[in-house]
Amino acid sequence: MLHIKCPHCGMRSQNEFSYGGDATVKRPELNKEVSDQDWDNFVYNRKSLRGKHKELWQHISGCRQWIKVERDTATHEIFKTVKANEDI
Amino acid sequence: MTQNYRLDNIGLINRDKKISFKFNGVTYFGYEGDTLASALLANGVHLIGRSFKYHRPRGFFGAGVDEPYAIVQLYRNNETEPNVKATEQELFEGLEATSVNCWPSVNFDIGAINNLLKIFLPAGFYYKTFMWPKSFWYKVYEPFIRKAAGLGVASIEHDKERYEHKYEYCDLLIAGSGPSGLASAYAAAKNGARVILAEDKPRFGGTLLTSEVNIGNRTGKEWAENIISELKEMPNVIVKNRSQVFGYYDHNMLVMSEKLSDHLPKTKKYNPKQRLWYIRAKEVLISSGSIERPLVFGNNDTPGVMLSSAAKEYLKVYGVLVGKKPLIFTNNDSGYETAIEFKKNGVDPIILDTRKEPKSEIIDEAKKLDIQIKFSYVVVAAKGYKKVKSAEVAKISDNKNELGTVENINCDCICVSGFWTPTIHLASQSGNKTTFNKDIDAFVPGLSKQNETTLGAANGTFTLEETLKKSFESGYELSKKITNNDNKTSSPTVMEKKSTTHDKFWCVPLPKGKTYKRFLDFQNDVAVSDVEIALKEGYRSIEHVKRYTTLGMATDQGKTSNLNGLQLVSNIENKIVPEVGHTTFRPPYTPVTIGAIVGREIGKHSKPTRKSPMHSWHEKNNAVFVDAGIWVRPRYYKIGEETLFEGSKREAKNVRTNVGVCDVTTLGKIDIKGPDAAELLNRVYTNAWLKLPIGKARYGVMLREDGIVMDDGTTTRISENHYHMTTTTAQAANILSHLEYYLQLVWPELNVNVVSTTEQWAGAAIAGPKSRNLLQKLFPNIDASNEGLPFMGYLETDLFGVHARIFRISFSGELAYEVNVESDNGNFMWEKIMEVGQEFKIQPYGTEALSTLRIEMGHIAGSELDGRTIPYDNSLEGLVSKKKDFIGKRSLDRKAFIAEDRQKVVGVVPIDKKTSIPEGSHLVKDAMAPIPNPKLGYISASCWSVEYDNPFSLGILKDGKNMIGQKLFAMSPLKNKTIPVEIVSSHYVDPKGERVRS
Ligand SMILES: [Zn+2]
Repeated sequence: MLHIKCPHCGMRSQNEFSYGGDATVKRPELNKEVSDQDWDNFVYNRKSLRGKHKELWQHISGCRQWIKVERDTATHEIFKTVKANEDI
Repeated sequence: MTQNYRLDNIGLINRDKKISFKFNGVTYFGYEGDTLASALLANGVHLIGRSFKYHRPRGFFGAGVDEPYAIVQLYRNNETEPNVKATEQELFEGLEATSVNCWPSVNFDIGAINNLLKIFLPAGFYYKTFMWPKSFWYKVYEPFIRKAAGLGVASIEHDKERYEHKYEYCDLLIAGSGPSGLASAYAAAKNGARVILAEDKPRFGGTLLTSEVNIGNRTGKEWAENIISELKEMPNVIVKNRSQVFGYYDHNMLVMSEKLSDHLPKTKKYNPKQRLWYIRAKEVLISSGSIERPLVFGNNDTPGVMLSSAAKEYLKVYGVLVGKKPLIFTNNDSGYETAIEFKKNGVDPIILDTRKEPKSEIIDEAKKLDIQIKFSYVVVAAKGYKKVKSAEVAKISDNKNELGTVENINCDCICVSGFWTPTIHLASQSGNKTTFNKDIDAFVPGLSKQNETTLGAANGTFTLEETLKKSFESGYELSKKITNNDNKTSSPTVMEKKSTTHDKFWCVPLPKGKTYKRFLDFQNDVAVSDVEIALKEGYRSIEHVKRYTTLGMATDQGKTSNLNGLQLVSNIENKIVPEVGHTTFRPPYTPVTIGAIVGREIGKHSKPTRKSPMHSWHEKNNAVFVDAGIWVRPRYYKIGEETLFEGSKREAKNVRTNVGVCDVTTLGKIDIKGPDAAELLNRVYTNAWLKLPIGKARYGVMLREDGIVMDDGTTTRISENHYHMTTTTAQAANILSHLEYYLQLVWPELNVNVVSTTEQWAGAAIAGPKSRNLLQKLFPNIDASNEGLPFMGYLETDLFGVHARIFRISFSGELAYEVNVESDNGNFMWEKIMEVGQEFKIQPYGTEALSTLRIEMGHIAGSELDGRTIPYDNSLEGLVSKKKDFIGKRSLDRKAFIAEDRQKVVGVVPIDKKTSIPEGSHLVKDAMAPIPNPKLGYISASCWSVEYDNPFSLGILKDGKNMIGQKLFAMSPLKNKTIPVEIVSSHYVDPKGERVRS
C-alpha cells in the first residue's frame, strides 16, 4: 500500500485516496474549436508509461482535495506531491 | 502410550503439565510447551501422512515453518482447519489431528499404487495425460484425483472465531528474534526508537535456544532471555511472539499475522483468534535467519530422514530424541553440533562427512567425545518403507563422481545437513536485488530498494560474533538516523566454536543399475529425474521448470527445495546458479488464514449499511427491504400474505388513483454555493442554467467527456447564489468527485463551493392525484394551488413547526411533491404525512412500485443510463443545448453518435399482453434465425403496467425512432423464453405529461 503525502494533510495511506489518471492532460478550453485528433487525445489517448508519471489523486476520505503526484509506475517511488493549483 | 523417546533432564517444556491429545484416533501424552510434532516424536510416531503424488509415507523433516511433510487436519473446539503444520502447532489439552492425503488410512493407502506406477508419473504427467479426452476430466480424472490426492479438507461451517486488524507505525520493525534481531532491537530501543520485534515461534531467541555459545558471562539462551525481559519493560518497544511478518509491500508497509489463540484449546472470551497487523515502518531489519538445506540421495523422503538442525531442536527445546541410532550425514560442520548433542545425551551417533579431511574446533570436539566419523562418505539410499531401518552408504571419490562398495549401516534416523540457505523472502519481496554468494552457495540480499537491512544468517553471516557486532551497530545507526539520539550500546564478547568451510557437494550419484528416487521437493514429490525430464523436453526458464515439475509450488513454497532445484538445473545446464536465477518470492511467506485477511469485515460488516431516518417506521410497518448500493430501502410494504408482485401492484395503483408516499432520502444531494454556481451548472449540465429563477427547479442531464450520460436529476435555485442538486442514489459520490475535479483542476477560476448534504436531509415523495389536497392540509400556510406552487416550483415553509423544503417535482409521472426536512425530523415528517394522509387513502410505496411508475411513464433511470448511452438514446436530445458548450458536448459529434439508425429507448409490449419480458432479453427480428442471432436491442427494464394491467418494458433498440409499430421477438436464453412483442412509444402512460402539470 502506497504512502502518499497529501500537501494539505500530510502522510496518509493509499486507501484514503482515489486515483485520477494522467495529470498532464489539459482539457481544451470551452467554446473553442477543437480538432477531432486533439479531442481524441484529450478523451481517450493516454501513454502507459513505465517510469516517472505525473498523475492525479483525490484525498477522497480526507480533505477531498485533488492533488498532483509524481510517481514511478515501475517502482512506486513517489518523488513529489503538490496542490491542485501548483505545477508538478 | 509412554513417551519412549523423551529425555528427563533437557528441554524447555513444562514437565509439570501433562497434556493429552489424539492423533488418528489414538490418545497420546505430551507436555505444555510441546508442538504436535515434538509430542508425536516423543511417542515414537514418525508416520504422519502420505505424499501428494506417489502417496509415499511421510514423517517429519523440519521443526518449524520450513516443514514440507507434516501437515495435518486439526480439530479444535468443534472446528476444523486443514493443512496445519504439526511442527508449528503447539500442543493443547484435547487437541485432535488426523493425517491428510491418506485414503483409506495412513498405514494402508490405495494411492500408494501410484508409487508402484511411478514410471508413469514423471514431470508434466498431469498436463500430458489427464487433459485428454477433455470430457474425461470432470467425470473421471478430477474426482479420482481429488479423492486420492488433495490435501486437507476445508470446513464448510461458518467460522465462529473472531479476527482483527490493527494498524501500527514504528521507527524500526525487526522480523525475527534470533541473535541479530535481539541485538538490533536492543540497540535501537536503547537509543529511543519505537521498535516492534516480531517472532513467529512461541519462544524468543532463535538459534540461541539450541546453540552452545556464551555471550558476555551468560549462555546464549540466558542472554536472550535477559534482553527480551528488558525489551518488554521498555515503553517504546512492542514485543510479539507467535507473530509472522509474512509480506513486505510498497512504501515499507509490512503485514504480520499474530496467532493469539491457536495454541489454546479455545479462544478466550472477547479475544480474537488471530490479528493481522499492518505496520508502516521507517526502517525494517530482517533477521529471519536461515534454513538448513537437505542433501539429496536415494529414498531421501523416508520417514526418519530429517534436517540435522531439526533433530537438534527436538532434543534441546523439547527433550525428544528423533532416534536412538542416529546417522548424521553432512557436508559441513553443523552436523557435528547435532552429533555432539546426541552423544552428550547418551546416544551414539555415526557421522558421514562428504569432505575429505576437514579440520575445525567442532570436529576436534566430536573426535574427543569418541564419536565415530567417516570422512569422504555418503548415504546412497535410505532403507525402510514407513521408517528408516538402515542406510546404504559408500565412500565417494575425490571428484565426487564414483561410489565405492555399498555398505549397510543400521540406523533409525538420518540427520542431514547440506549447509544453510538464508531466508531472503522479505528482502526479495521488498524489491531487493539479491545476489548469489559463492562462499555459501546461496542468494543473499544485495542492493536495497526500500529502507530495509538484512542481518545475521539471513544475510549469510554465520558466526555469532560478527552477527552481534553488525546488529548492535545497525540498531544504533538506524535509530540515530530517526531519533537523533546518541546512546550507543556496545557489543558483548562472544565465545563460540569456529567452523571450517562446507563442501559444495550435495547430490549423491545413483549407484550403477539403481533407480532410487532422489527427492528435491518433498511435499510435491519432485525428484531429480523430474527436473532432468523437464530440461530434456526443452524447458529452460527456471519459472517454466518450476511450473512444469511443480518444484517449490506446494504449501511450503519450496523453503527446503528451491536452492537444490536451482543447483541441479545449473549443473545440468553447465551454468552457474546466478545465471539461472531464482524464482520470484511473493507474499505470504507462510500460509495465512482467510479469516485473518478478512478480519471483522464479514457478514453485515463487510460494508457499511446506510438507513434513512424513517427506517424504523418501515420496519414496524412490514417493509420488505432491498439493498440499493449500501442503502437499505423498502421494496414494498407487505400486507398479509402478499407477494412482491401483488404488493407493489397495489402500491403503484394507489399512487395512480389516490396518493402514495415514498422514502427518497437516498437520493444524492449536493449543496452548491457561490457567485459562479450558475456558471458551473451551465457547464456541467447539457441544458441551459443561467436563467433559472430563484425558487425554481430544473431537470438536468450530465455527460462524461466521452459523451455518455453520467447522471440525471433536478437542481433547485434556493437563493441568488445557492443551489440544491440531486443525483441518483448510485452516482451520488461520483458526482461530488466529478464537480470537485472540475472546480479544483479545470476551472479553478470559478468561485463555487460544493458539499454533500445527502445525510442532512430526509426526503418523502408524495405522489398521486390527491397529493395536492394532502399537501395543502400538511402545510395550511402555503398556497398549494397550481398557480401558488406550479410544476417545478419550490418553496420553504414549516411543517408543524419544523423547517421544510417543498419541491414540486415528479418521478412517478403523477402530480407529485417532494418534501425535505432535516434528517432528525424525518420520522416526524413521515408520521405526519401518514396521519394527515389517512383521509386521502394514503399508502406508502417501495422501490418496486417506484420502478413500475417510472417505467410505464418512460422515465429513464439507472438501467438505461448504463454507461453506454448518449442523450439521444434516452430521448433526452431536447435537453442538449446547441448554443452553449458543456462537458462532453464535443464528443456528441462522433460519427456513431449521429448515425441515422442510432439506438433509442422504446416501449415494448408482449403481443399476448400476458407474458412478462425478462430484463436483459435480446430483441431480434427472426426468432428462428441461426445462432448468433443478430441483436437489434435489449430490454432494460420491465414492469406490470398498473395503468393498462399488462406487462410493459423499456428497451434500447437500434433505429428505435423508426421502429414504433414493428413486431419483433424478445429472447431470453437464460429464462428459456421467446416472446413475440410489439414496439411502442416509451411514454406508455400520459405521453403528453399532463398529470405532472395538473
Ligand atoms: Zn488531504
